[in-house]
Amino acid sequence: MAHVSIRQARKSFGATQILHGVSVEVEDGEFVILVGPSGCGKSTLLRMIAGLENISGGEIAIGGRVVNDVPPKQRDIAMVFQNYALYPHMTVRDNMAFSLKLAGATRVEIEEHVQRAARILDLAPLLARYPRQLSGGQRQRVAMGRAIVRDPQVFLFDEPLSNLDAKLRVQMRAEIKELHQRLQSTIIYVTHDQIEAMTMADKIVVMQAGRVEQVGAPLELYDRPANRFVAGFIGSPAMNFLAGRIADGAFHAGGAAWPLPNAAGGVNGAAVVYGIRPEHMMLSPGGLRATVQVIEPTGSETHVIARVGSASLVCAFRERVAARPGETIEVLPNPALAHLFDEQTGNRLN
Amino acid sequence: MDVAAPALILRRRPEAGRLARLFDNKTFLICACLTPAIGLLVVFLAYPLGLGVWLAFTDTQIGGGGEYVGIENFVSLAHDPVFLKTVFQTIFYTAVATAGKFALGLWLALLLNHALPFSSIIRAIILLPWIVPTVLSAIAFWWIYDPQFSIISYVLVDRLHLLAHNIDFLGTPWHARFSLIAANIWRGIPFVAISLLAGLQTISPSLYEAAMLDGASPWQRFRFVTAPMLMPILAVVLTFSVLFTFSDFQLVYAITRGGPFDTTQLMATLAFQRGIPGGQLGEGAAIAVAMIPFLVASTLFSYFALSRRKWQQGEANE
Ligand SMILES: Nc1ncnc2c1ncn2[C@@H]1O[C@H](COP(=O)(O)OP(=O)(O)OP(=O)(O)O)[C@@H](O)[C@H]1O
Ligand SMILES: [Mg+2]
Repeated sequence: MAHVSIRQARKSFGATQILHGVSVEVEDGEFVILVGPSGCGKSTLLRMIAGLENISGGEIAIGGRVVNDVPPKQRDIAMVFQNYALYPHMTVRDNMAFSLKLAGATRVEIEEHVQRAARILDLAPLLARYPRQLSGGQRQRVAMGRAIVRDPQVFLFDEPLSNLDAKLRVQMRAEIKELHQRLQSTIIYVTHDQIEAMTMADKIVVMQAGRVEQVGAPLELYDRPANRFVAGFIGSPAMNFLAGRIADGAFHAGGAAWPLPNAAGGVNGAAVVYGIRPEHMMLSPGGLRATVQVIEPTGSETHVIARVGSASLVCAFRERVAARPGETIEVLPNPALAHLFDEQTGNRLN
Repeated sequence: MDVAAPALILRRRPEAGRLARLFDNKTFLICACLTPAIGLLVVFLAYPLGLGVWLAFTDTQIGGGGEYVGIENFVSLAHDPVFLKTVFQTIFYTAVATAGKFALGLWLALLLNHALPFSSIIRAIILLPWIVPTVLSAIAFWWIYDPQFSIISYVLVDRLHLLAHNIDFLGTPWHARFSLIAANIWRGIPFVAISLLAGLQTISPSLYEAAMLDGASPWQRFRFVTAPMLMPILAVVLTFSVLFTFSDFQLVYAITRGGPFDTTQLMATLAFQRGIPGGQLGEGAAIAVAMIPFLVASTLFSYFALSRRKWQQGEANE
């Protein structure tokens, strides 16, 4: 277990710069998730921590030791790859024992560690099998077992669940979280699935195009996104954004007046973007008139796509909505939960 | 227009003649499709092989008939010092040349598997020795090994002054044997290197990364990841290489014709020499047939010892 600091880390492949100075602090025993759209540099950052890519600028420290020039095997980290990278010619037992064997551990020690990992991950009946005789979820567990056996300071996961089907993913999500609670280890986990990030992380790092957009606890990012990108990235269905102006203590867009969040200052006439999450819209007689375009019942919620004035809006209601496309419903946002962003910079205003 | 076409086909079907119905018969169809292939195999493979084996048990000579003589040819070969020497030479030639080809070919393949600049051009160049017809390269080696004009002797004697006299490459037995082995290695490397390179490229780079994180040194990565994963393709390539080398004829025949004093004779060249220029077809055939057990043994060895890997077969083992 160790503390990891990434300070102004930069990475370029040839002339193209991929990471533009990323700084993240990972506390001892913390579960940190890197999220961001595809190609934003999450895997690259993880591989730099592992030592599989060199560091073009800045520094990375693990447990207080700067590791820029430390080869991977001396960093005391374990990584679970997206494709698991199990050795196909070794049994599950040998896969898990490999690192200990190289480190010169005794037979007894190896067996003890392997058995312990197998018990934690429920792999005991599979120890004699080869990777190709395992299902995707079992392979995933072996890959984690290989990491656990080493008892490293830091675990790195690169999208370990992306090859699994939806049901298994939910199950493995719970298992990884439980594993973390049990081992109390430092975990850095990459995903582009924001639900994974929200459900598992102690702290989420949202990245875009090689920059950190915001770092914070899951609910902090959900409640107070620092900018429009984070607001749109976290939460599903995604936040609605309306472009308009503030006038007379209300927000005007597409011919409708929206109530402002309580804390909003009196920037009269300013061009802003108004953000409201679908689940923060309420059915409210006497509210804004919205023309229903599409209704999607999901069972627990009803998603309604509607037009308010000229703006299109997604709402998610707990109650069932009887309206049919073309009909009008009356809705209001919960103003306390609305967000205002600068139209130019995208930064949060309230 | 498009609609009319299927309708036409549908209407024609009930009127299909006997021939068309015959082709609907599965047994007939199987026989009809197999006949050309089997015919070719019989005419060009089974018949010559069968005839060769038959000849080995006769005392046939060129221009004359022959009679069945049982295993007399083999008995006399067993007491023939030239034949016994040839068997030793063939095994020696195969063993040393194969070892050389694999050592150098694997080394080249490992180099090429790293991202080198111009690697595709280098790969194409490496294939050259294989593309050049054997006899052409044999003639080139003939010059390289020439007692007077050899470029190797020229460099060593006239340029570097390391030796006092030209090397007589092909005139003394061991020089000649190793010269031929060198030529064979040169010709064989591309096949081994390119095949093994193909095998190396199927190994996922993330396995090496995982091994690196597991603490493996470069040698350990080769020993525990590359080698076992390459073994199946290595076995196949090894089998082919042994077969080709063991039955080599062209290179030896073009460079030394088995000389000096039969010290570079291989079984294939000896079989030819006894059978065609020597006229003793029966004896030549017997030498050729004597190669079969060696070839079968080496094939079986690499099949059983090297290529069967449990991790590839995916059998259920509880
Ligand atoms: N070896 C490389 N050479 C050049 N460019 C690279 C290399 N590896 C990655 N890149 C580039 O770096 C950027 C970040 O890649 P990275 O793999 O870190 O993305 P990611 O955030 O993990 O995306 P994903 O969610 O799709 O896995 C991409 O634009 C990619 O094209
Ligand atoms: Mg990635």
